[in-house]
Amino acid sequence: MSSTSTALLSARGMRSPFGGPFDFDLRAGECVAIQGPSGAGKSVLLRMLADLDPHEGEALLEGRSSRTMPAPAWRSQVVYQAAEPAWWEATAAEHFSGKQRGFVDETLRALGLSAALLDTDIERLSTGERQRLALVRSLAAAPRVLLLDEPTAALDPDSVERAEALLASRLADGMAILIVTHSAEQARRMAQRVFHLSQGRLTTA
Amino acid sequence: MNAIHLGTWDLLAAALLILLDAALSLALRLSVHRQILIAAVRMVVQLAIVGIVLRSVFAAESPLATASVVLFMVGAAAREVATRPKQRLKRHMNYQISAAVVACAGFATVLLALTTAVRPDPWYAPRYAIPLMGIVLGSVLNAASLALDGVLDGVVRERGRIEARLALGTPFREAIGPLVRNATRRGMIPVANQMSAAGIITLPGIMTGQLLAGMDPVEAVKYQILLMFLLAGASGLASVGAALLAVRALSDERQRLRVDRLRA
Repeated sequence: MSSTSTALLSARGMRSPFGGPFDFDLRAGECVAIQGPSGAGKSVLLRMLADLDPHEGEALLEGRSSRTMPAPAWRSQVVYQAAEPAWWEATAAEHFSGKQRGFVDETLRALGLSAALLDTDIERLSTGERQRLALVRSLAAAPRVLLLDEPTAALDPDSVERAEALLASRLADGMAILIVTHSAEQARRMAQRVFHLSQGRLTTA
Repeated sequence: MNAIHLGTWDLLAAALLILLDAALSLALRLSVHRQILIAAVRMVVQLAIVGIVLRSVFAAESPLATASVVLFMVGAAAREVATRPKQRLKRHMNYQISAAVVACAGFATVLLALTTAVRPDPWYAPRYAIPLMGIVLGSVLNAASLALDGVLDGVVRERGRIEARLALGTPFREAIGPLVRNATRRGMIPVANQMSAAGIITLPGIMTGQLLAGMDPVEAVKYQILLMFLLAGASGLASVGAALLAVRALSDERQRLRVDRLRA
């Protein structure tokens, strides 16, 4: 239990009818990859950690239970990005506040995206462009922990490399990342540890 | 007021039109003749029962009989509101929400009318209370079922968008706001349309009835205006109530969107 003191995010007996119990720690600056067959409950695990799905057990951020803070406060620090990120306004730009604009421009450059995409109708963007914009959106929320569900599934190798480099720089700044990925190579490149999830049970490789 | 009395033969003559509909359906192979005939018979039986029941309730002037009729009407309207939306909430929440909304909106507006504008003696006089409740419930039913359907259907359609906002730390109220406003608006639009069309495109049913019954047009118009205001108020209460209660049923203390509370 000595790891608790250095853990940024901890899961303690988290379970729902769809999976668990899950017990693990995630340290600051650490990336853990989750792999497993589809339907194994990978998204369920991420959604429970973000407190979007009802569950038993608890999640802790620096030892503080999610239950002791309002749900929005928890979710803005433990940000979940779905495999198919949704947009609620017509253009990406409307999803960012004025304060975030500088960060957004910088991050778009790092991902090799043109700033013009911000004002293009979301409907007219490619899946890959939307996926990278979603990553910008998640990072712009300045989370302590980022829960990513297949964030680079629709990207070409060059774009994947840029996205991973961006995430690596955030890890270096102390963010923790839990990434669901079907790519064993990506898991090897990014993660210090790889968890396997099948039939709702988590095993460390 | 002297209404022109209708005899059996007058009604039978008009019933020829139903036969005309059926004949059209047969000739043009629309296959609605059975439906129309059955609906016509149902309508006659239903209205005959209503007429007979109301005649005795009006004659009795008993608070208990009036209350029973009104409660029956509220129950029937609530049931209709609950069952119209495609999506259903678990644990009969559709029914609970509908009953609460229909009863509150219905009683609030009818009691207001009975104690201020209409003021019959006694205030619960069935001749006033029952028809007022009937027409108000018609609007309430429409508004509440549109708003309820708007929320229940909306969360299924918009689930990804709402949860994307929640996942970034947006409070639930803010994330669900556009959907609630949309659903509420849907419930209130029919009565707004009804008001703008009144008198120009349509002669409202109540007014038509009163004119046929021999009432002075200006008096009939005054009644109609009063009723429209009542309907507008009732629709607003019903829309807001149904949308808010439905959203509450679809959320929890951790500000999650609980789509799992809809029946699959």
